[in-house]
Amino acid sequence: MFGYYLELALRSLKRNKVLTALMVLAIAVGIGASMTTLTVMHVLSGDPLPGRSGQIFFPQVSPDPSRPHNIEPSLAMDYHSAMDLWSAHRADRQALIVDSMIKVTAPDTAVPALRLDMLSTTADFFPMFNVRFRYGNGWSADDDARRARVAVISDDLNNKWFGGVDSVGHMLRLGGSDVRIVGVLRPWRPVPSFYEAWGSYTKPQDVMTPFLAGLEINDGHFQQFNCWHIPDTPGHLQNAPCNWVTLWVQLDDAAKVDAYQHFVADYAAQQKSIGRFTSTVTRVRGLMQWLDYVGVVPDDVRLQTWLAFAFLAICLFNTIGLLLAKFLRRGGELGVRRALGATRGGLFAQCLVEAGLVGLLGGVGGWLLTLVGLWLVRRQPTDYADLIHLDLPMFLTTFALAIATSLLAGLLPAARASRVVPALQLKVL
Amino acid sequence: MQIRPILSALRHHRLATVLIALEIALACAVLCNACFLIVTRVSTMEIHSGVDESALAQIKLDCDDCNANDLNARVLSGLGKLPGVQSISVINAVPFGDHAGTAGITLDAAAQHSGGVVDFYVAGPGSFPALGLKLVAGALPRQDDYRPVDSFLPTDASVWVTRALVDHLWPGVDPLGKEFWMDKYHYRVAGVVAHLARPGGGEGGPDTREWSVFVPGLPGKNFSGDYLLRAEPAQLPRVLHDARAALAKIAPEAVLDQQASKTISQLRDGYFQSDRAMTGILVGVIAALLLVTALGIVGLASFWVSQRRKHIGVRRALGATRGDILRYFQIENFLIVTLGIVMGMGLAFGLNLVLMQSYELPRLPPVYLPLGAAMLWLLGQLAVLAPALRAAAVPPVEATRSV
Repeated sequence: MFGYYLELALRSLKRNKVLTALMVLAIAVGIGASMTTLTVMHVLSGDPLPGRSGQIFFPQVSPDPSRPHNIEPSLAMDYHSAMDLWSAHRADRQALIVDSMIKVTAPDTAVPALRLDMLSTTADFFPMFNVRFRYGNGWSADDDARRARVAVISDDLNNKWFGGVDSVGHMLRLGGSDVRIVGVLRPWRPVPSFYEAWGSYTKPQDVMTPFLAGLEINDGHFQQFNCWHIPDTPGHLQNAPCNWVTLWVQLDDAAKVDAYQHFVADYAAQQKSIGRFTSTVTRVRGLMQWLDYVGVVPDDVRLQTWLAFAFLAICLFNTIGLLLAKFLRRGGELGVRRALGATRGGLFAQCLVEAGLVGLLGGVGGWLLTLVGLWLVRRQPTDYADLIHLDLPMFLTTFALAIATSLLAGLLPAARASRVVPALQLKVL
Repeated sequence: MQIRPILSALRHHRLATVLIALEIALACAVLCNACFLIVTRVSTMEIHSGVDESALAQIKLDCDDCNANDLNARVLSGLGKLPGVQSISVINAVPFGDHAGTAGITLDAAAQHSGGVVDFYVAGPGSFPALGLKLVAGALPRQDDYRPVDSFLPTDASVWVTRALVDHLWPGVDPLGKEFWMDKYHYRVAGVVAHLARPGGGEGGPDTREWSVFVPGLPGKNFSGDYLLRAEPAQLPRVLHDARAALAKIAPEAVLDQQASKTISQLRDGYFQSDRAMTGILVGVIAALLLVTALGIVGLASFWVSQRRKHIGVRRALGATRGDILRYFQIENFLIVTLGIVMGMGLAFGLNLVLMQSYELPRLPPVYLPLGAAMLWLLGQLAVLAPALRAAAVPPVEATRSV
């Protein structure tokens, strides 16, 4: 029966090409717009650590004593609190994080100096975030404690400076310090770049050093997130009244999460009792929860999604109107089919098949328009431009959405058309 | 032309009429809000920075191992000699560049009364006239107003604030001589300038966009590396190019910040890039929206015309002129669009409320409604014209033919 309906639908669509083209175009434009924005949303709001994000948490405390009534804790911590929480080793894994700009050269090569953002972190960073190495390895907890002058570099920098060969053992000059490369990462591009306190879509840093070693190497060049008094020495923030360090922890099960939340709350309470904190507000947010809280997806992108779906709704109404016109015009034909024994359900199904076919054609058009839309998005000067591609789930969603839209649009006109009274129609013929 | 027969005809096609009206209602809601968003964006992009943008450029050097005094001296004398350079001075930030002096201020030494977060422009001798700031009260900075910079600001200084900041801190009071504090640092208002936008967007929304403080500072240890270059607007690109080239000789050990060392107009372009892109997208959405709505009207009107060929023929045979038939479809379209617009007004405000919850957006001014309505009426009339003309061309003889 389906095959027969399909044939009827094809015939009917061919009969009035202009009306068919109008409907297909409306659905294609609506689908194209919504799938473009939806794909951008899908990429930007993705999980940067699939399978692992459920165990990654971001503890926050409120070290700024000038804001005792804040409802939310600070995004970053002062050095003292971060070190206390980190060195307690209450989580399965934990990594301190801070970044700073530094002049980088490779004395073994003739490349000109670059000013790069250097990430200083602790040994757990690599296993905790599933960061894999192409050559060598990360540093050890012992290297952290010894403030070893070692570094891990990105695949990008290794390609640019060392021609992609194993550069482990080569030296880098960071500011005025020499460090030995111990590891080269495989290409790594978490989306979003979650581990920075405010979330973004930039590439991970090209140079990474042990946390304490980094603080010594680039002393005097650290940026605060915020301060409640002017630091004595600009750029040297270890004892400064400033928030500038962040901490990420891995907690493998719910009981540990619970225990860690208590641990952080107890820490804040204890700090308040000795007068260092004025607020005991703390949070231990999961990774995805954290990204949601900082609003990592740009406002404009969410606004565009809203607009696109309002637009799709307009296209939907448009298609309902046109399908209604099309079906009612065929009253005579449908009346004959009824008179020859077709059931109402049969007519309804036939109309829906026709609507679905329009949707399928609109889906093809929508898919092409989506590709054009994504191409336009990639040409925008944003940090995420290179990330936006149509993956298989979104490709399938395009067609699912197109057919669903057209079927939804077809429901009312089909119901109306299948109520045709055969006698009335036949009389006119 | 009577409206009654049209209304009674529409009653027979209630479903189709309501559908097309709903489509127009949605279009009206999106159209009004999208236009409003565009106007909001464009007005943010039109912000007046208060400085002579076309004559100014920033030059930024990163130099960890440099002696700051030596670097300043070399750059100021070296670039000052270049042909076309009207002035070169040390500054910590420029409008649309990176912010460098963002800090919360208080109106008392005990830090009990917050004055909000402002941006400090620390600027060396010569920068006040170079920026082209317009003084509206007080006197120009004198030689002894320029004080050494501690950490990132002078510890105690006379400052020049914007009118917007005066209105926020001391509304209706003479601001000259007023004091404020940033932590332990102490400032006295010595003058008021008409406009001076902070480098980046105001964190507290558009009202805080001009909460800027001009602090005269003496170039030195904590104040070097960032320079303000002024030249004749027509010559500025060439002068900047020469200056960037000359720096390789003047300060070979320093790294030129390529992103920041641009004319203020270029920085402004970069700063508003995403707003421009968003405006483009909104214009695209409006165009596509109008197109789809028009297609819907054309489709439905064509259907009605072909359905009513016999009726039209009868009317023509009974003496109706072509003009009568044309006007019938035009008025019918006007009525449907009007119904859509009436429903659309409520929807427009509803959509605006939803958007207001998620974005920093003011309430939709009512003026957008007649604007959107006019656009849709016009669109409807244009869309219905072709089918209506086809209807008007139906010959009276059609009445005698069977369908």
